[in-house]
Amino acid sequence: MDKPFAITLDPGSSLANHTGSWRTSRPVYIDRLPPCNKQCPAGEDIQGWLFHAESGDYESAWRHLTRDNPFPAIMGRVCYHTCEGACNRGQIDEAVGINSVEHFLGDEALKLGWKLTAPASESGKNVLVVGAGPSGMSAAYHLRRLGHSVTVYEAGPLLGGMMRFGIPKYRLPRDVLEAEMQRVVDLGVTVKLNSKVDNILTTMQEGKFDAAFLAVGAHIGKRARIPAGDAAKIVDAISVLRSMEGEEKPMLGRRVVVYGGGNTAIDVARTAKRMGAEPLIVYRRTRDKMPAHDFEMEEAIQEGIMVKWLSTITQAEESSLTIEKMALDDKGFPQPTGEFETIEADSLVLALGQDVDLGLLEGVPGLEVSDGVVKVAPNMMTGHPGIFAGGDMVPAERNVTVGIGHGKQAARHIDAWLRGEEHVPAPQHEVAVFEKLNPWYYADAPKTVRPMLDIIRRQSTFDEVQGGLDESTALFEARRCLSCGNCFECDNCYGVCPDNAVIKLGPGKRFEFNYDYCKGCGMCVAECPCGAIKMEAEEI
Amino acid sequence: MSFQPVHFYQTGTFTVGNRLLEPSERSVQANIQRTNSLNSGHRACQGCGEALGARYAIDAAMNAARGRLIAANATGCLEVFSTPYPETSWQIPWIHSLFGNTAAVATGIAAAIKVKRQKGQMGDVRVVAQGGDGGTTDIGFGCLSGMFERNDDVLYICYDNGGYMNTGVQRSSATPPAARTATTMPVGPEPGNQFGQGKFVPAIAMAHEIPYVATATVADLRDLEYKVTKAMGMRGARYIHILVPCPLGWGAASEDTILLARLAKETGIFPVFEAENGEVTDVLKIRRKQPVEAYLKRQKRYAHLFGKKPAVETIARLQAAADKNIRKYGLLDQEAN
Repeated sequence: MDKPFAITLDPGSSLANHTGSWRTSRPVYIDRLPPCNKQCPAGEDIQGWLFHAESGDYESAWRHLTRDNPFPAIMGRVCYHTCEGACNRGQIDEAVGINSVEHFLGDEALKLGWKLTAPASESGKNVLVVGAGPSGMSAAYHLRRLGHSVTVYEAGPLLGGMMRFGIPKYRLPRDVLEAEMQRVVDLGVTVKLNSKVDNILTTMQEGKFDAAFLAVGAHIGKRARIPAGDAAKIVDAISVLRSMEGEEKPMLGRRVVVYGGGNTAIDVARTAKRMGAEPLIVYRRTRDKMPAHDFEMEEAIQEGIMVKWLSTITQAEESSLTIEKMALDDKGFPQPTGEFETIEADSLVLALGQDVDLGLLEGVPGLEVSDGVVKVAPNMMTGHPGIFAGGDMVPAERNVTVGIGHGKQAARHIDAWLRGEEHVPAPQHEVAVFEKLNPWYYADAPKTVRPMLDIIRRQSTFDEVQGGLDESTALFEARRCLSCGNCFECDNCYGVCPDNAVIKLGPGKRFEFNYDYCKGCGMCVAECPCGAIKMEAEEI
Repeated sequence: MSFQPVHFYQTGTFTVGNRLLEPSERSVQANIQRTNSLNSGHRACQGCGEALGARYAIDAAMNAARGRLIAANATGCLEVFSTPYPETSWQIPWIHSLFGNTAAVATGIAAAIKVKRQKGQMGDVRVVAQGGDGGTTDIGFGCLSGMFERNDDVLYICYDNGGYMNTGVQRSSATPPAARTATTMPVGPEPGNQFGQGKFVPAIAMAHEIPYVATATVADLRDLEYKVTKAMGMRGARYIHILVPCPLGWGAASEDTILLARLAKETGIFPVFEAENGEVTDVLKIRRKQPVEAYLKRQKRYAHLFGKKPAVETIARLQAAADKNIRKYGLLDQEAN
């Protein structure tokens, strides 16, 4: 030994002792699927874009978001944000206001004029999209980004479909709608307005299209057989909402009765209220059974809209309606009671659901229709090769977000189909359930700030009902994200390892285990806030 | 419309690091260039709280002393697992003392440095003494009290795991009541360590009215680093007592080490505070109060309390002791009460 006085051992010489050999199970870094992402019908990587928003990099957040959904400003207003119902933070205090952050990002993009990413190269393929609603425009965007040449045929005079003709402007201001539609058009999408497709095969042949995506929506209001006098004014809800967009507003009178219990019934009642009428919703079942979202019902009640539960309309006359009271049976179905009453009504608006106009599909070989909607395979293709369909015209829940999701999925399958391939979605990671998290580590959202945020989220004419967050509150909200299942570089694993067996790779690069020294104690797994590490048994 | 009176950083300072904080506001342990005073390859058990606590504390001390630090180390687990000849895991100037005299050895080093500095032969070098609870509260207690009483310029760090663990889990004067060890009553009406014995050395250190006394746990890294850094900024005798769970001696799962330290603090069983010149100046408040059972149930050393007939009275006595700490140190926020 040749060491200075009193020095016996070389510093750090224990590195010769590879304690990793003690291990019976090893930690591995993983990504789990956050419940919000799993829930999103449009397939947004919510945790992914919130990650950027947390650091205040709103443009990166917006770019990450628009990889999956080109309409954040619209989504931030009309999406039913079921993601928030799935949010793990709901089990700590309250779900992250994902929708309000999306609203903020969408508005920020419009304010600062951020443009969508143009395609890297052109494929030379020609795709037809029928219908400029959420599903059609989403498909147009994704197909264009994949390099295809896209032409959208729209029967109506303007872009937006049901987002324009079905959603009142107090929920979706038209300048926002137009700006987000235009941004897709700016990518080089050709739009033909007032161009109804009468026969899909003819249009495809004439336009030399290689494939088509149909998203014509469901625009035909369902009628109910109600005995009515000649002078009774009966209209359907979709026609009312559509005519709100035109020059001539619908004439409904003062006492408007809306028949139905869905979101459309509430939309039309709230619209009538804003036109100075006194709307009354008549619904045959009870509030907990109504298909409308509860928050919409709540807002309607706050606005003074009255509802008659457990009632059906049996007769309509010029200025009155006959209503029969119902009672729920053991199975929860409404049954007539034989008890009648008469109510005054200047008009009756039927909001009983909508049917699809399938005229353009007549004579298409292989195509199957059942229950008034078009059957599609898991790849969104109809029975006729090259013709895909999505949105309200296929069997699925009918809302904007689902439609946008269909557009994205269809675009990916069309892209693969055009290359003679099959698009296989990446296998989903296991879900980051709450039990996989260590919630100790998340800061409590300060009480002083929370109530103020709640007020802003619920602020309330045809002015927009729901206000947006400002920058500081949006940042606060984004930072409430737990980053479930995905490393956010909190350094916990790097810190808590008693064996110094975690290697920190630097910002954005995450971490690595040094299995030469990791003894497999599992502390990194237990103390990872977001559940991004798991133990795997060693092969011994 | 600007409502942001409080900055909110997702995990705040609960996690080791936080990418949203300025690098200067992050912990020493989050730094890619931390000293790693106690390097890989040491022979501590899986999930050793003491190995973790020692790296946390000494890295923070090295950071505060800008790398000019000498550590004296009492015999005990920490010494045994870190320096089996011919290897050492230490990457700092480090000396092994006897079981009982590490405070005296540190005092000597501090005296030697003082003389050398007076002669202009060396610059400022700081001294840390460290040991387990056996070497501190039992065997080395005389030397420790002397070091306090003379106010020698040494930071003494005790890693308290509540027993003589590497020799086979024997009782020390820091073993908590009712905990089973190899040298406490194994059977009978009240097995485990007796109530009314043992000592809480942080309180004794305070009675010496030394400049600084603090307690900490491995569950609160930022608090631990703050206390070590603060102590290193002071002169004279300073004492930090760190609770370090021992998976072997406590009969706990290796991944539960930090959880147990957290529960010890959250139940009130282990009060986390700091004191200057004999007076408590600050306490780390309980964030989510838990009953003592949450802490006890995860450890086999208390398994006899949760048999077919749970030892309700014993558990109530332990709860009463925790509640007394909560009252005495004011561990709960008024609001949370």
